[in-house]
Amino acid sequence: MHRREFLKKTGKALVLAAASGATGFYFHDRHAEIYHPTQVRKPSFGVPPDITLPGVTLARNENHDLALNASLEAIGGIKRFVRPGERVTIKPNIGWDRTPAQGANTDPELVAAMVRLCLAAGAAEVIVTDISCNDPRRCFLRSGIRDAAEKAGARVILPVDDDHINIDLGGKVLTDWPVLKYFVETDRFINMPIVKHHSLTSCTVGLKNLYGIIGGRRNQLHQSIDQSIVDLAAFCVPTLTVIDATRVLMRGGPQGGSPGDVELHHTVICATDPVAADARAAEFLHLPPDRVSHIVRAQKSGLGKLDYRAAGYKVING
Amino acid sequence: MTIKTAINLRRLSQVVFFLIFFWLILKTNFEVNFRPDNPSEIILPYPVSIALQFSPLTALATLLANGTLFKGLIWALVILIPTIFLGRFFCGWICPLGSLNHWLSEIKSERLSRRGLKLIESNRYKKYQRIKYYLFLFLIAAALAGTLQIGLFDPLSLLARSLGTAVLPAIHAAADTSLGWVKSWGFTPLGNAAQAGYDLLAPLFLTFRPMHFHTIMTIGFFFLIILLLNRVFTRFWCRGICPLGAMLGIFSRYAIFGLQKDAASCDKCQKCVAHCQGADGPEVGEVWRQSECVLCLNCQGACPQGSLKFKFFPNHEKSEMNPAPTSRVDITRRKTITSLAGGLALYPLFRAGDGFNINPRPGLIRPPGAVEEEIFLERCIRCGQCMRVCPNNALHPTLAQAGLEGLWSPVMIPRLGYCEPTCTLCGQVCPTGAILELTLTEKVGDKTTPPNRVGTAFIDRGRCLPWAMGRPCIVCEEWCPTSPKAVYLVEETMYDRNGGAVTLKRPYIDPEFCTGCGACEYACPVIDQPAVYVTSIGESRSRENQILLEKK
Repeated sequence: MHRREFLKKTGKALVLAAASGATGFYFHDRHAEIYHPTQVRKPSFGVPPDITLPGVTLARNENHDLALNASLEAIGGIKRFVRPGERVTIKPNIGWDRTPAQGANTDPELVAAMVRLCLAAGAAEVIVTDISCNDPRRCFLRSGIRDAAEKAGARVILPVDDDHINIDLGGKVLTDWPVLKYFVETDRFINMPIVKHHSLTSCTVGLKNLYGIIGGRRNQLHQSIDQSIVDLAAFCVPTLTVIDATRVLMRGGPQGGSPGDVELHHTVICATDPVAADARAAEFLHLPPDRVSHIVRAQKSGLGKLDYRAAGYKVING
Repeated sequence: MTIKTAINLRRLSQVVFFLIFFWLILKTNFEVNFRPDNPSEIILPYPVSIALQFSPLTALATLLANGTLFKGLIWALVILIPTIFLGRFFCGWICPLGSLNHWLSEIKSERLSRRGLKLIESNRYKKYQRIKYYLFLFLIAAALAGTLQIGLFDPLSLLARSLGTAVLPAIHAAADTSLGWVKSWGFTPLGNAAQAGYDLLAPLFLTFRPMHFHTIMTIGFFFLIILLLNRVFTRFWCRGICPLGAMLGIFSRYAIFGLQKDAASCDKCQKCVAHCQGADGPEVGEVWRQSECVLCLNCQGACPQGSLKFKFFPNHEKSEMNPAPTSRVDITRRKTITSLAGGLALYPLFRAGDGFNINPRPGLIRPPGAVEEEIFLERCIRCGQCMRVCPNNALHPTLAQAGLEGLWSPVMIPRLGYCEPTCTLCGQVCPTGAILELTLTEKVGDKTTPPNRVGTAFIDRGRCLPWAMGRPCIVCEEWCPTSPKAVYLVEETMYDRNGGAVTLKRPYIDPEFCTGCGACEYACPVIDQPAVYVTSIGESRSRENQILLEKK
């Protein structure tokens, strides 16, 4: 072997050995722990309180558009909640593959009316979405919300796994959960629940509707359902809660199925106080609010007033 | 028309039919941008399984097994009748699996056996090519006896199944993985570009949610082996195994179209053999076999002397140098009888085992609208269309749940996906009537019609949170879609470890209202082995597999 060849070959071997060694030491990880990135981000959607305005307004009218307009005007009008150029996310209840008449999802026409109001107030974009229980394609379709909201000019999003971000919710039982990003990366959040019976929480209105902003193993929340509702409500305080009480599902909730379980009330409630909103809505199900444990617990956590009259309550009859 | 034009037409035809087939499989899907006029009935906009109904093998075998020709299977005549006059044009011009095999065989190989004289040698007629006839006879006899196994081998079913339950889900996984990988580099413009590309292609190739299939590996490997064999022998599957090819070969017995050879002008260059797809002996001096030829026309195109010519009523000049062609299939009487006897024996053999009739299988939850098991096994061709179309990924190919007899037939695994109450898509796509098309009313029931049931749910009290652990839950009741709910709650008291009374709502199941949809099992928080689970008992299709004396 020639000297040159010897040097060349040995040199190359040394370089390869050094590179291997350097790679090994550079990536060496003594603890082999798994790192899950989680974001801590508490969204803030609320509007400043105004003591001259009621905290809960209720309007009854067979024309649901008029009921919505009336209750919204009484609480300050859409301009109080949506400013020009803002991005608004509306969260109806689109949980189940049910028709509007079955009363399991928010009324599509009411959602559409809300979308039009937001756009008229100058919203740059109105997103309508929810994390459904059943196949979202069916839920969005059969609930009529997809069609109605799109016609009204909203961007209707059927969430997929990639749309979730892991967030530390900072609650007592809810900590690290995947949250649908459209409920965080937005300027205004309008919660649009429907009033329904629920066999564990006795009623599901606005607070329980927030289950729809998170993904993951939601079916474990029922083990500590009151606290998990409160944790979510503390994480996410909506700009405005608009309750669809045009139809109320009295039995067989939250999914329903039989139009016979639905009562017609032609009522829309608007509220800046999410607890007071639910307290008033619970009465449609003949429930005294102080008997609904998650509403009681939400008041104790300082999220709002159980006594909705104390929050300022105004009824507008059309 | 010159031979070059004809060959180009054949290539075009192969591409077009492959794309049509592939497109139909892609469209076997409940798409997001889907707007039926009447949202209570969701009907697929295209007859996505129509391609499968063009298979004469499926038509013949289901006819023998059932005594009738279902639905669109009458379309098979569109292939069969021209074959009688022309020969196996389907294999060379239309069959999407045949085209795939063709293309994979054509890619240049570094193997010595795929070059020169060795390639020519491997393109000569071989005895293994008889296997397909015996397989065909075996499967046809089995079908006649009452067990339909042709779907495992029918090229159209095979390709639909492989694409739908293995290839496309794998593509989805690959796309998701690559996108995640590119994004993880942290270089935003590149990540955005990848996302844009993904968003562009996703509506074309990907389902709304990624699908996961129970037996993807067995189906995937079977398909992969078929594809890889092309790298060793040209169109090995088509030459040696395909029972549809065999059937069309048999039916081309009286074909009036064929190869005419002119011995005088032939200079024995053997280019025809080098390009032969069917190994049917195109060269002068060999016996040309009508039943092996797929009419690709390569031999005529390759012949520099113009000695070979495909034409109607070919004029066969016999000579010592140029033996007469044959339209007879190269099989022996004894092996024919053996194959038929074997096929006939398959049915009693299956029935002698502890099949469904002896030992009903709790996990064998068939799709809604499936006919009773005995007839189901006479109809299902395991094309996988129901599994592909299922929006909840609830239907999976079986491995052992239905015994060997029902390999790769559909089974619902509620843990992975439940049966969406208002969905009737699986019945809409079934090409052979193994799953009947239900109306929405037949599916969910009303005052006069009972709902379609696929099984019954049971509570495992040893694993259920309120039953065993003193913790509230009720998720099964929340998810139960029937009205009134089949899962009902009773408030009961139990004692915790310190003797303190705990009041809980505990779930019970009313089998009268349960349809076995599996929503409860799907939603149960005890995810590894759910505390509420569905078994097949109570399924509408079965007379025997029942619990209740009376049902509403």
